[in-house]
Amino acid sequence: MSEPTLSKDPESSAATAAEAGAPVVEAAEAAAAQLADREPILQVRNLVKHFPLTQGIVVKRQIGAVKAVDGVSFDLYAGETLGIVGESGCGKSTVAKLLMSLEQATAGEVFYKGQDITKLSGRALKAVRRNIQMVFQDPYTSLNPRMTVGDIIGEPFDIHPEVAPKGDRRKRVEELLDVVGLNPEYINRYPHQFSGGQRQRIGIARGLALNPEIIICDEPVSALDVSVQAQVINLMEKLQDEFNLSYIFIAHDLSIVRHISDRVGVMYLGKIAEIGSDAEIYEHPTHPYTQALLSAVPVPDPEAREHRERIILSGDVPSPANPPSGCRFRTRCWKAEARCAEEEPLLAIPTRFAEVDTPAKHESACHFAEEKDVVGAA
Amino acid sequence: MTVIDDISDVPTPDAKLAPLLEVRDLHVEFHTRDGVAKAVNGVNYSVNAGETLAVLGESGSGKSVSAQAVMGILDMPPARIPKGEILFQGRDMLKMSGEERRKIRGRKIAMIFQDALSSLNPVLSVGYQLGEMYRVHQGLSRKDAKAKAIELMDRVRIPAARERVGDYPHQFSGGMRQRIMIAMALALEPDLIIADEPTTALDVTVQAQVMELLAELQAEYNMGLILITHDLGVVADVADKIAVMYAGRIVEDAPVHDIYSKPAHPYTKGLLQSIPRLDQKGQELYAIKGLPPNLTRIPSGCAFNPRCPMAQDICRTDVPQLHPVGTARGSACHFWKETLGE
Ligand SMILES: Nc1ncnc2c1ncn2[C@@H]1O[C@H](COP(=O)(O)OP(=O)(O)OP(=O)(O)O)[C@@H](O)[C@H]1O
Ligand SMILES: Nc1ncnc2c1ncn2[C@@H]1O[C@H](COP(=O)(O)OP(=O)(O)O)[C@@H](O)[C@H]1O
Ligand code: SF4
Ligand code: SF4
Ligand SMILES: [Mg+2]
Ligand SMILES: [Mg+2]
Repeated sequence: MSEPTLSKDPESSAATAAEAGAPVVEAAEAAAAQLADREPILQVRNLVKHFPLTQGIVVKRQIGAVKAVDGVSFDLYAGETLGIVGESGCGKSTVAKLLMSLEQATAGEVFYKGQDITKLSGRALKAVRRNIQMVFQDPYTSLNPRMTVGDIIGEPFDIHPEVAPKGDRRKRVEELLDVVGLNPEYINRYPHQFSGGQRQRIGIARGLALNPEIIICDEPVSALDVSVQAQVINLMEKLQDEFNLSYIFIAHDLSIVRHISDRVGVMYLGKIAEIGSDAEIYEHPTHPYTQALLSAVPVPDPEAREHRERIILSGDVPSPANPPSGCRFRTRCWKAEARCAEEEPLLAIPTRFAEVDTPAKHESACHFAEEKDVVGAA
Repeated sequence: MTVIDDISDVPTPDAKLAPLLEVRDLHVEFHTRDGVAKAVNGVNYSVNAGETLAVLGESGSGKSVSAQAVMGILDMPPARIPKGEILFQGRDMLKMSGEERRKIRGRKIAMIFQDALSSLNPVLSVGYQLGEMYRVHQGLSRKDAKAKAIELMDRVRIPAARERVGDYPHQFSGGMRQRIMIAMALALEPDLIIADEPTTALDVTVQAQVMELLAELQAEYNMGLILITHDLGVVADVADKIAVMYAGRIVEDAPVHDIYSKPAHPYTKGLLQSIPRLDQKGQELYAIKGLPPNLTRIPSGCAFNPRCPMAQDICRTDVPQLHPVGTARGSACHFWKETLGE
């Protein structure tokens, strides 16, 4: 067995990007202006998923529910990347599955171009699904080991033959391999003959097969080596520009999310704690959970360790079957007061920032939202 | 604390001067169906009491295998150690009898593994497993061992230790299980702890708790700590010095500040450039091209040469030795000066 090598490496062009020296700030401002008058491609409203907890073997009784997703709302715009971050078990993957209609929502709506897809079934659902695709976390288990790469990438065409008529399929799969930087001659190879990074490229090629508008990526690079992660991230960014894709990028690595996202939502125990543009969240976080999360991220720079304040949270995330009353974060929050146990803070622009022009003016679900620079970038 | 048969009772002439642990020219290979996989190819490192050495590298670079060789827990076969010395307090562990090594393991050198759930026994209570250390090694009674277990759980900040001592591993969260593993490693107050990716499976908030605890206990007991990781961020916060591994060799070896500000090896430099930073929003990420080598067919010359942007002809023929860079660091690159210089 010989190691397959990449036919080309579209990602090793760091130098050219640096030379081009795009004016970052202007680009960001232009993008923000564009967003304001654009229709969202996806609108998520009060999405809920409760998994029943049952007891008894013969007669099953429901004794409660795991509130995996408990009222999540956000918008996604064409061509943007929305990052979703949060600790293990906070409901990120469940949100992804709900958006893909792989799980039935307990309540709430997901509007795709104005149409509520949680209420669709049969042909109507199938038509929408074509436009929303997913790339999974684990490149080692998400590909069927007994299928060739060509069959894996071409499989979506079995369900949607209208996209690639039978005679065109092979050509289309070869194109897709080329697009993700794999040699089209590998079409008859099997997944085990590829490295992790290459398998993730195969997963991406498959996600692209039906020309979707939205790709939901659940931890797409978490299982990859550091040196290979950057290759895949660069590929994803290149494809986004080329095909005007919208990404929902789920990850627990806050640095990678910052790199790729235009906007970021921070989840805690089934809810969004704070959401805003990447600069708003990373440089002007107002929610104590976001601040703690950011302060805990190790920065690869020993000089930085002297300048950074670390907020070490005590304890673990409570069980989603029995979340705390009021604010869900209050059991670990250093700012919690009596009000936090009684009254649930809603995700909204805090009133104190509503009238001022400040980057703190973004949605945050905290009674006592205030700015704190934890990253040391501002 | 009474330790029976303490091996340091046997005095060695230079035990006081020698580093706590010194690994010299260690080689490990695996005989597989595809050929001989050369997992470790001449590794050198040392760690003193109270010092933290981070061993950094991508998956498959040989970090765990070299640590397992030090612990003496490699399966032989398929593993073989054709060459090398592992000097613990001045004595070569590879020349010791099995009996002697067993006395060191657990008592003088302890190991913490990445996956706490699979290294704890699921059918025994956590208190029993902690207590076992004292019953077996120190001959304590069940009751005394249990009291010690509670004390340890307290030390690693398990809330309500007294009530939870009878709980089973699955009843604890990932972060708590990792703290229990730390407790177990600490039980016999070892001189050296080897932690193999102790926080890789944990969330950042919990990772921070665990790393802080580990650093604090290390300082308190003045232990040596070898921290194995693939995460450049984690080690920046706690390590004193770093050894970067690639294809079974240490390619760069330096005090922590030097390596981040001025890497002397193209691989280290590439790694540092390819990770996105929380405090910077960059353009396109720098990516190291290609893939780590297959260990049954390591490229000739410098193992990194097919991926190295600075490679010259000599890199394809001559293996670069670890060149001294200043006083306390080294780089295994023919062009370390140029790498530093840019
Ligand atoms: N099919 C299911 N039945 C019962 N509970 C479930 C099911 N799927 C998920 N859960 C629970 O819902 C919660 C959220 O899970 P989810 O997989 O969405 O988390 P996540 O944020 O993706 O975490 P990670 O970062 O570990 O991937 C968890 O408590 C999980 O145990
Ligand atoms: N029991 C084994 N048999 C064959 N090869 C092995 C065995 N254990 C480890 N290896 C190989 O040794 C190399 C180094 O592994 P390891 O030290 O675990 O890497 P890491 O740096 O990720 O900890 C890998 O290529 C691995 O596949
Ligand atoms: S509402 Fe209260 S408990 Fe919740 S994050 Fe704000 S201060 Fe903390
Ligand atoms: S020896 Fe040559 S190939 Fe190896 S790292 Fe140095 S420059 Fe690159
Ligand atoms: Mg998940
Ligand atoms: Mg390992």
